[in-house]
Amino acid sequence: MTLEQITFIILALIGLTSALMLIIQKNPVYSVLLLILHFFALAGFYLLLNAQFIAVLQILVYAGAIMVLFVFVIMLLNLSNEEALKDPFNLRKIIASIFGVVLILQFGVFFFIKAKDDLNVTISPNSIEAGSIKKISEVLFSTYLIPFEVTSFILLVGIIAAIVLAKRKFE
Amino acid sequence: MIPLKYYLILSAAFFSIGIIGVLTRRNAIIIFMCIELMLNAVNLTLVSFSSFFGDSSGQIFVFFVMAVAAAEAAVGLAIIIALFRNKLTINVDEVNIFKW
Amino acid sequence: MEQQTFLNILPILIVSTTTIATIFVEAFYKRSDNLIYWLSIVSLILTLIYSILTINVQNLNFSNTLHSGGITNLFYFVLSLTSLLVIISARDYLLRAKYHHGEFYILIFSSLLGMMLMASSRDLILTFLGLELMSLSFYVLAGYNRKVLFNNEASLKYFLLGAFASGFLLYGIALIYGSAQTTNILLIVNEFNNLLLKPLFVLGLVLLLIGFSFKVASVPFHMWVPDVYEGSPTVVSALMSTAGKTAAFAALIISFYGSTTSQVNFEIVAKIISYLAIASMLIGSITAIAQTNLKRMLAYSSIAHAGYMLIGIASANKLGMSGVIFYLIVYSFMNVASFILISLMENDFEKRISLNDFIGLANTHPWYAAIMALMMFALSGLPPFGGFFGKYYVFLAAIKADLTYLAVIGVISSVISAYFYLRVVVYMYFRTNEERKDIFHTSADNFVLVLCTLFVLQLGITPNLVLDLITRFLP
Repeated sequence: MTLEQITFIILALIGLTSALMLIIQKNPVYSVLLLILHFFALAGFYLLLNAQFIAVLQILVYAGAIMVLFVFVIMLLNLSNEEALKDPFNLRKIIASIFGVVLILQFGVFFFIKAKDDLNVTISPNSIEAGSIKKISEVLFSTYLIPFEVTSFILLVGIIAAIVLAKRKFE
Repeated sequence: MIPLKYYLILSAAFFSIGIIGVLTRRNAIIIFMCIELMLNAVNLTLVSFSSFFGDSSGQIFVFFVMAVAAAEAAVGLAIIIALFRNKLTINVDEVNIFKW
Repeated sequence: MEQQTFLNILPILIVSTTTIATIFVEAFYKRSDNLIYWLSIVSLILTLIYSILTINVQNLNFSNTLHSGGITNLFYFVLSLTSLLVIISARDYLLRAKYHHGEFYILIFSSLLGMMLMASSRDLILTFLGLELMSLSFYVLAGYNRKVLFNNEASLKYFLLGAFASGFLLYGIALIYGSAQTTNILLIVNEFNNLLLKPLFVLGLVLLLIGFSFKVASVPFHMWVPDVYEGSPTVVSALMSTAGKTAAFAALIISFYGSTTSQVNFEIVAKIISYLAIASMLIGSITAIAQTNLKRMLAYSSIAHAGYMLIGIASANKLGMSGVIFYLIVYSFMNVASFILISLMENDFEKRISLNDFIGLANTHPWYAAIMALMMFALSGLPPFGGFFGKYYVFLAAIKADLTYLAVIGVISSVISAYFYLRVVVYMYFRTNEERKDIFHTSADNFVLVLCTLFVLQLGITPNLVLDLITRFLP
């Protein structure tokens, strides 16, 4: 086994365990922490795939900014010890879990048998260049100029939403 | 060298775990976290395609998805706070005052 | 930016500039509400005029990501006209409910911007961003009055299900990117025949379809529709059910245009679309019978209408695509008018209008009753109103594409749906009680209602004019 394969297996185990723990965890604060751990595992995958810029963004934006917002809200609403959040075990959960497992198996069959001819590619030698900030910014500010501008509007809506829905005195 | 399909099946597994979470959990914030899990699974798919093709546009898409996720987090958490102020719960089962 | 590019994307620039300008007016000018109202109306009228004037100039801008002219301008026209009608009548509704703020207009404009981008985008990345911009604005608009529990719950439901559905949409786009190695719709459509041989592409297409089914309010992501339409402010429901549907169908038509049922493997996708169509039509029509709340009834009817429109997509020929666009135009006017009539009976966000509120409306307010009756006839698809031709073209396209069973089920579903539409008319005209109804009408609302009525009648009398226009601009 090469170092790359060992890293992949370790990261996959961390990613799967943290995702599974997240959905069975009772306390939302632990769930947030597990999600952050999951994001770190994903950042590791991005590094394996030579996508350095995205790996950094994953940690800065997702783990650093978005998840902090989650923690803030959970603390603000003081949800960790709230009675109303008890989650009883029932038939719906069993059905949903079986459905999820079937879905994973379906995807497995799909990627390994049905679509295996489409996926017979080796990692491109250009991948290091494609993941560099230089190349990404080149494409971002030429081909994807309009989508880039649109994201500013999307973030603007996020700000307005916070004002409309959560500002204390809105008259 | 790890073949592309291992990355894809792994992200499909993350995606499915996210779906299970959305369907089983009743706490609005945890449901929202599971949705983030799904979006990130898609990001992994995009980045692996992008690297295997040597084409940047997949990674740029991930960049946009992150921006959308940030705005979505602001909107979603604002909605949850607004609901919590009125009802003092974020359990989606109790939210259902509409009849079918 | 070259001058020509600037002129090409002027409608988008007008709408985005108004969004920003509104924020500044709101921030620095006291008593800004009236100014913002008129500013929005003026800029929407400018958009309308400009998009009609330049409809013949077709161009691709910004490395083939943004289309302008032709069918795109037609969509701009429909989307901004719907928003204009909603905005004109929204002010009095919001003033009655004592919740009139500039933010409402900002959010309407940002959602309009998102919808226009969905209609003009030729790149899946931009389509996704436009869709998110529209949806995020709608999530907030659905919960616009945060003091009202109904609004909170509607927006939470809409948000959670919407974000869940966009996960599927995104996964679909990712797989399409993985099989086509590009996100440009024009390149994908050119290669449609070869790509359909790849299972990865077909799975991507199906996931994309599931994601879009949320936005067009069809099965399998239809559960949110009744709750959200009922819980949101009525004017917002009017916009969501019409312009939101139009934009989502516009994106679907653009992505699926160029496909035909004779293509290899497309039959799988067409079959899935037709199952979704059948399920939407039947679930929508049958469940609507049980509803007494008018907004819920219209919500289920909206699901059924999404089903009829999907028939046009499934038949995948030119008549089907132009039939869907025609249907969307008629549907926008019919639904805006119906929702606005309901909003006229409400004086705050918490009032729920049921069938009983319509008893004897013909005696107290004959004109409003007449318009409501006309809209109900048109929605049920009775000739000679516009709604009939919408269905007719779509069913004709299905027969041409050898999908006759879809047309048959469509007709059956229309017959079922006639029951609950005509029930409203029966309540208005053939039942009486002594109670006096309040209708909070203003001249703005009357103007909008008359305009919608004229359009629905016009589309019923000379449907060919509009259909020819659409067919001319479909490439």
